[in-house]
This record gives sequence, C-alpha cells and structure tokens, in this order.
Amino acid sequence: MQALYAQLLVGLINGSFYALLSLGLAVIFGMLNIINFAHGALYMMGAFVAYFLLQYSGLNYWWALILAPAIVGLFGILLERTMLQWLTGLDHLYGLLLTFGIALIVQGLFQNYFGSSGLPYAIPDLLKGGVNLGFMYLPIYRAWVVVFSLVVCLATWYLIEKTQLGAYLRAATENPTLVRAFGINVPLMITLTYGLGVGLAALAGVLSAPINQVRPLMGADLIIVVFAVVVIGGMGSIMGSIITGFALGVIEGLTKYFYPEASNTVVFVLMVLVLLVKPQGLTGRAA
Amino acid sequence: MKSKFSALMLGSALVLASATGAFAQDKNIKIGVLTDMSGLYADLGGAGSVIAAQMAIEDSGMLAKGWKIEMVSADHQNKPDVGTNIGRQWIDVEKVDVFVDVLNSGVGLAINNLVKEKNAVMINSGAASSVLTDAQCTPNTVHWVYDTYMLANSTGDALVKSGGDTWYFLTADYAFGQALEKDTTAVVTKAGGKVLGAVKHPLNTADFSSFLLQAQASKAKIVGLANAGGDTTNSIKQAAEFGIVKGGQKLAGLLLFITDVHSLGLNVAQGLNFTETFYWDLNDQTRAFSKKFSERSKNKAQPSMVQAGVYSGLLHYFKVLDANGGNPKDGAKVVSLMKDMKTDDALFGKGEIQPNGRKIHPAYLFEVKTPSESKGPWDYYKLIGTTPADKAFRPLSESACPLLKK
Amino acid sequence: MTTMTTSSADGVSKPFIRDEMWAFLIMTALLVMVPVSGIYPFFVMQALCFALFACAFNLLIGYSGLLSFGHAMFLGTGGYVTAHAAKVWGVSPEIGIVLGVAAAVALGVITGLIAIRRQGIYFSMITLALSQLLYFVYLQTPFTHGEDGIQGVPQGMMFGIFDLSKPITLYYVVLVIFLLAFLLIYRIINSPFGEVLKSIRENEPRAISLGYKTDQYKLMAFILSGALAGLAGAVKVFVAQNASLTDVHWTMSGEVVLMTLVGGLGTVFGPVIGAFVIIAMQQYLASFGQWVLVIQGVIFVVCVLTFRRGVIGEIAHYFRRSL
Repeated sequence: MQALYAQLLVGLINGSFYALLSLGLAVIFGMLNIINFAHGALYMMGAFVAYFLLQYSGLNYWWALILAPAIVGLFGILLERTMLQWLTGLDHLYGLLLTFGIALIVQGLFQNYFGSSGLPYAIPDLLKGGVNLGFMYLPIYRAWVVVFSLVVCLATWYLIEKTQLGAYLRAATENPTLVRAFGINVPLMITLTYGLGVGLAALAGVLSAPINQVRPLMGADLIIVVFAVVVIGGMGSIMGSIITGFALGVIEGLTKYFYPEASNTVVFVLMVLVLLVKPQGLTGRAA
Repeated sequence: MKSKFSALMLGSALVLASATGAFAQDKNIKIGVLTDMSGLYADLGGAGSVIAAQMAIEDSGMLAKGWKIEMVSADHQNKPDVGTNIGRQWIDVEKVDVFVDVLNSGVGLAINNLVKEKNAVMINSGAASSVLTDAQCTPNTVHWVYDTYMLANSTGDALVKSGGDTWYFLTADYAFGQALEKDTTAVVTKAGGKVLGAVKHPLNTADFSSFLLQAQASKAKIVGLANAGGDTTNSIKQAAEFGIVKGGQKLAGLLLFITDVHSLGLNVAQGLNFTETFYWDLNDQTRAFSKKFSERSKNKAQPSMVQAGVYSGLLHYFKVLDANGGNPKDGAKVVSLMKDMKTDDALFGKGEIQPNGRKIHPAYLFEVKTPSESKGPWDYYKLIGTTPADKAFRPLSESACPLLKK
Repeated sequence: MTTMTTSSADGVSKPFIRDEMWAFLIMTALLVMVPVSGIYPFFVMQALCFALFACAFNLLIGYSGLLSFGHAMFLGTGGYVTAHAAKVWGVSPEIGIVLGVAAAVALGVITGLIAIRRQGIYFSMITLALSQLLYFVYLQTPFTHGEDGIQGVPQGMMFGIFDLSKPITLYYVVLVIFLLAFLLIYRIINSPFGEVLKSIRENEPRAISLGYKTDQYKLMAFILSGALAGLAGAVKVFVAQNASLTDVHWTMSGEVVLMTLVGGLGTVFGPVIGAFVIIAMQQYLASFGQWVLVIQGVIFVVCVLTFRRGVIGEIAHYFRRSL
C-alpha cells in the first residue's frame, strides 16, 4: 500500500507536464484552430534556452523560469507572424503540416549543433535534496514541479475564463468578425495567444531540464502522448485539459507499478476506449 | 573508321588486362565508413569514426608502399533499409571493399547479411548485439570492440566479486534489454550473487521515478541498468535525484560509453560502474593516439571505444593485406587471413580474432571519478578491474555460430 | 467548412483522360528502360515501393480528405508479416505478400472503425496515436526482434518461376506490382465509389443528405488505402531483405505525407514524383546526413506556404489539365 501512495505522487509529476503541454495546445487550438505539432520542439527549446542562460550568461534556474518562456514565446510570435498567419482560411490540416515541418527544422538544427546525447542541467541549490515521507523518498524538486505547474495551470484558467481579456479571447474564438467590429485587434490577440501557448510549452521544458537530459529529441515522442491526452480530454475546455493531463499522469503512474510493460501504451489504449464510448472526448464539444 | 576504332580499343583493353595480370595483385582499397552522423549515436561514431579511419590510413604507411586507398562515408540514419541501400550501392557501384563502424545493431545485422551475399568485409566496431558472432555469424564479418555478452560478463562478474552480490535490474522492455538482463543474471548467479528482482520499462522513457522507487525498495546493493542511450542517461540522472547512490546502492551501467559520461557530467555520473575495452588514458599508446585524435575532432572530444575500434580494426586489415601483397577482392579470404594473424594492437592490447569473427582483447571495469578526483576535461575513469581476453568474451563452446561446426 | 486544395480539376471532361493515359504510358516506358539505362536499379525499386505507399496514402487524403498521420503502421505491418512468413514459415514470396496485405486489411478494419469516429485534425491525431501504440507493440513482441529487425529475408522464387534474387527479375516483378496497383488506384478514383468519396471530401453534410452512408465510404477508403500501403511494405521486404522498426515509426508517417505533398495532393501522378524526389534526396544527401531532417522540414514549410498544389498539381494547373 505504501508503494501505491508513492506511485500516485510520482504520477502527479508526470501529469504536470501533460497538463502544461495539453493546456498550451488547447489554448492555441481554441484561438487559431491549429494543432501545434511544433509544441514538442518548443518544449525542447525551453529546456535549451535554460541551459544557454546558465552556461553563457550565468543566469540561474529562477531567471530561466521567467526568461525562457518569454524568449521562446517571442520565437513563437515570430513564427505566427511570418508563417502561420498565411494559413488563415485554409483547411486546419495545413496548420498541422506546417508546424510538423517547423518541428523537423528546429529539432534537426539542435541535433546538428548539440548532438543527440544531451546536455546536463543541475537542480537549483534551493530545491536539492529530498524529504522522507515514510512511504517514499520525495525529492523536493519533484514536489516543486507539481505545485508550480498547478499554480500556472490555474492562473491560465483564471486568465481565460474569468478576466476581461479572456472574455475577448473567447468571444473572438466564436465570432472574430463581430469582435473586430467592437474595435478589438483580433490578429494581435491571435498572435499573443500563440505566444502564450508556446510560452507554456517552454515553461514545461524549463521545469523538466533538471529531471531529464536536455536533448534535441526530448519533445518528439512526448508530443504524441500529449496528442492522445488532448483527444481524450477534448480541446473544448481549459479546465478539462488540465484535469485530463493530471489524471492521465496518475493513471500512467499506476500502470508503471502494476503492469510496467504497458505503461507507454496505456494512454493510447485509454484513448481508444474513450473514442468508442464518447467520440467527442470527455469534455469536448463536437469537432 | 568505326571498326578500326573499336579494334584499337579492344587491343588496348587486352594490353591492360595482361598488364594487370603481370603485376601480381591489385593494390587498391576502398573503405566505407557507414555510421550514424545525426542521431542518438552520432557522438559515439559519426564524424569521429571518419577521422579515425583517416588516421588509420595515414598511420599505416600503406600509401608509401604503393597502395591506393580511398574512403567514402555516409549516414545510415539508424535505418536498416537505408543502410542496406547505401551498402549495396557502395559494393555494386563504388566497389567498396570494407565496411567499418556500422553501429546500431539493426543496421549492423543488415550489413552482415549484405557482405556475406556480396563477399565483402565488415569490421564492426559499433553494434552491440552478440548475435553477430553467434547464430548469425558470417565468414565476412569481424566484430571488433565489444558486445552485449562481454559487457554483462565483465561488469556482472567483477561487481559480485567486489561485494555487490545482490542485484536489481532496470530493463528496457525489448529484445536488447532482455538479452542484457538475461546474460547478466546468468553471470551474477554463477559468481555467487543473487538477483532480487527486475522492472521492465518501455523504450524512451522520460520519467524513471516509478522504476527507481521500486529499485530503491528492493534494497539490492547493485542497480543494474539494462538499457541504452537516452534511457540510461535519464535513469542515472534521476537516480541521483532520488538519492539512490547516496543511500548506499551502486549503479551499474551495462551499456554505457564515455560520451554518455561526458554528457551527464561528473556530478551526476560519479560512482557509476561499467565496462569498456578502451579508454584514452589507459597507457602511453592510447594517450598518444587520443591526443592526435582530439586535436582533429569537433569540440576536442576524446575518442570513444567505437572510434578507436575503427582505427585499430583498419590497421589490422591493412597489415594483413600488405602481408598478402595485394587485395584479392575476396571478402571471405581476407577475413580468414585476418583470423590467421594474431592482432597486436596499440589501443586494445594483444588479442586475436576467433573463428566466429569475434575479436578478443581485455575488458576493463571502470568507476566514474568524483568531481574532486578529476583533474580536467575528459578525466573520468578509475580502472577497478581487468578481465583477460580469454575470459572476457563468450567462450567458443557456447557460441551457436554455424562456422564452428565444420 | 474549408477543404484541402486539391488540383484534380473536378468536372474534367473526358478528353483529359487521354492526358492521363499518355502520362501513364510515358511513366511506364521510362520505368521499363531503367535496367538498361545504367541507373542503379535498387534505388528505383526502393523508390517504387515508396511511390506505391504514397499513392495509397493519397487515395485517402487526396480523394476523401482524411489526413492519416499514422500510415506507417500499414507499411510496417505488411512488411513484418511478409518478412516473418517468408523467413520463419518459409512460404513463397506471393503467399508472403498476400499474408502481409491481409494483415494490413485486418489492421485497417480495426483502426478505421476507431479513427473515423472523429474528423479533421482529430482524425490525424488519432491515427498518429494508434500508430505509436502499434510501434510499441512491435517493439515488445518477440517475432519482430525489436531493434534488430527481421534480417536476411530470403527472396525466393515468385510463383516458382521468377527468381527474385536476380536484380533484373526482382526489378520487373516490383515494377509490374507497382503498375498494377497504380492502375487499381486509378480505377478506384474514377469509379462511382471514388466519385462519392470526392463528394464527401467537398461537402460531407450534402453527401449525407443525398442518402450516402458517409462513414461506410470513409471506412472503405481507409481500409483500401491501408491494404495498398501494406502491399508496399510487403514488396519492400524483398527489395531491402529486412523489416525493421523504421517502417512503423512516426517519422515514416511524416515522410509519406511529405512525398504526397511535394508531388501534389489529390493528383494521380504526384505521389510517384514526390516519392522519387524524397528518396533521391535521402540517398544523395546521406553523406551530409545531419541535414536531411532539416531539409525535409524546410520542404514541408515551403510546400505548405507557397506550393500547396505540389509539382504535378502546379503543372496540371498551368496547362489546365488533370494529371
């Protein structure tokens, strides 16, 4: 039983990454109607930027937590302005193809310059060590990841569901022409939304840097799992994608304990089951 | 006019043919460096293997003796069918005689079949799979540096003997990881140790915490990592986070290279045990080679054992051809000549190539230094045990190689 | 509801069928001459297998508007089953190919039933997730030999008379299979079934209101496309003599999208041209390996931004022809 508690807790950690990433995907999808295949690559960039900040400007983890999402977010805004913008009015699938191409370029370039084995990034001094909870040894850094990403997720939810800005955003999603008629700069809002979604991916990247090796392909496989999470949860609601993210992390954690052989497939199997029972996804509107 | 011209051509062709007949044998060699230039193993082989092959050509003195040596290189992208295509084209069109490096077991086995079919030579220094000299051995392949059996054998045996008699495995859940676990379990039990359990994790796992918690709870003295690449580095990094080594357990990597230690950094990798057959700082000869190598390599990297294997494998190949007086363009014959001559090798020590194509040499168990012990970049290993050549690899009596049944 | 831009000029009048006939004859003539031309036949065989794969994929995206991002699962399944049958059970090549295609059909039925429950982007993500699921299954099941793959598959005698270990024979066998499959796809596109597919692509609600059970049509198209992709995988086994995880990996699914996109979505000949371009690029850029992925990405971006009709699509558009 003690081991079970430990696995539950550990599952929450994984869930935080799923939640942050699927939240970003949902935000972008809501506004731009684009499935951002480059999300994994941007997550990786977040981790790399954290590494560069430490290595070349001596800015530590705490700075990276603010600066990396900002820098990668700016990169995202650049992408949106120079490329994604041209796809307005075309089939959504072109957005998928374009961002897939961007992901290949970004990952390929990082592989060329930094190899594939990855770079080390240490846990910040303040969060080193761990506490013995009796049933498990919990590294402080892991606890920090869960708490911090929960706060970020809730803040994003609040921003979109409860503020004036969020109301504009949601309205622009429903009817951009009408919102524009009210004198609101919709293209700017779209750009900023993409920047926000990308920033969330980069933030997840910074959070994972001390846990995983900073590798060019760290986001490549992860993004496919996150896609499955998004299919399960549906992209209709912000809270839905947060809850699904955490829940699937926990389920995956339990699988790792009870039947580890299936832990990498469990999310996909769940996706199949959900599709059979409720094709729209758990919280989704019909697409 | 036309007939006169063709008659002339025919005449000169005849002259040429008789000329080559008179001058004993062909003194041309073409080397193909087939490796991973961009993927997971690019640091291990890649551009460094091309440098190593170039150094072998220069250091062999073959050019001065009138040999003409050419080299081509390509990236197989870790895809067996891309590798086969490049290989086939190299043999058919480019007339490549010998393949070197060929890391990645999937590609290695594909080229293994190809060189047999086309009667070329492969000196494989990169693939881990011991099947190359076991069930799937061919008369055209030499497996130079290491294999999974040797790694399991050397690491397992030496650690049990130094007191690490209880084991728990973190195993990558596919053929490769299972083979490593099985081979190591056999060695550990034979040496008097005990395996307390194992947990299988999927390939390319980002988060090892669940598995590490189970390893921690097992209280085994040694946590054996039967995985490779990113899985190994991530599990080591997270083991440090969960205080596995601080809690008194030891980590043993069953397939780990100096490039992995370099990318992990000593802070995380310290105390790790694993086996390699080459380390740049072993003796004067390895240091001399490595100094020259690192001056030419990107980021001044020291050679990995795969790259060292490209160099020393080619030197032996050249030596054999030179003694033969020419290149017979007959892969199986060249390999059998290579097996006849004992290897005396600056980098891997004295050894030989067994009838199944397995090159044997001593294996070294290393422990990664702590940051305070390390005197500078790439000063990573402490030698803690040596297994002699005849004990390190799979004994011929256990090899299922069909070549041995004759 | 927007649709993918395809250049199959709908409502093309009959005389244009003649253009396609000519193009087909030229393509056939060129391909027949390959062995005497000095071009390395193994390269062309490999490219033909991928061309077939891309044509199968195009049947789905180009004519029913469904973007599958997991088509590698059919290629890989066809390949693994054929390789296993030929190597372990020792069956003849034609039986091996039939088994490989049958496996792909079975997979198509199962995954199709799941995937067509959602449309558009969700369909793409679901197929991607399903193929990733299958990738892990193949990685872990013993018969595929994990990362080593199934190696050294015997080429054998096709129908007991064609010795596939002779490159020339192998070449023509691969070519004949490719041409037959190509004609089959062409026939499907121009059949009443194909017309219904196109109407679903253009306006699904209207097709439904006309009384078509669109889900059944889409499922059928998905299975057919999967079967042909499986055929490509099965034939490729005899060319490469191995079956490996590469063919099930998502990067392969991405490559086939790229091939079709470069050649022209929804054009008959586009996928063939696209496959040759991409395979040639991989072959000739192999020595600058690092850049292959980056270049592929750049092609993706350029195609989507400026060149959505693809090579053949642009040509067809320029001459106002259907190709």
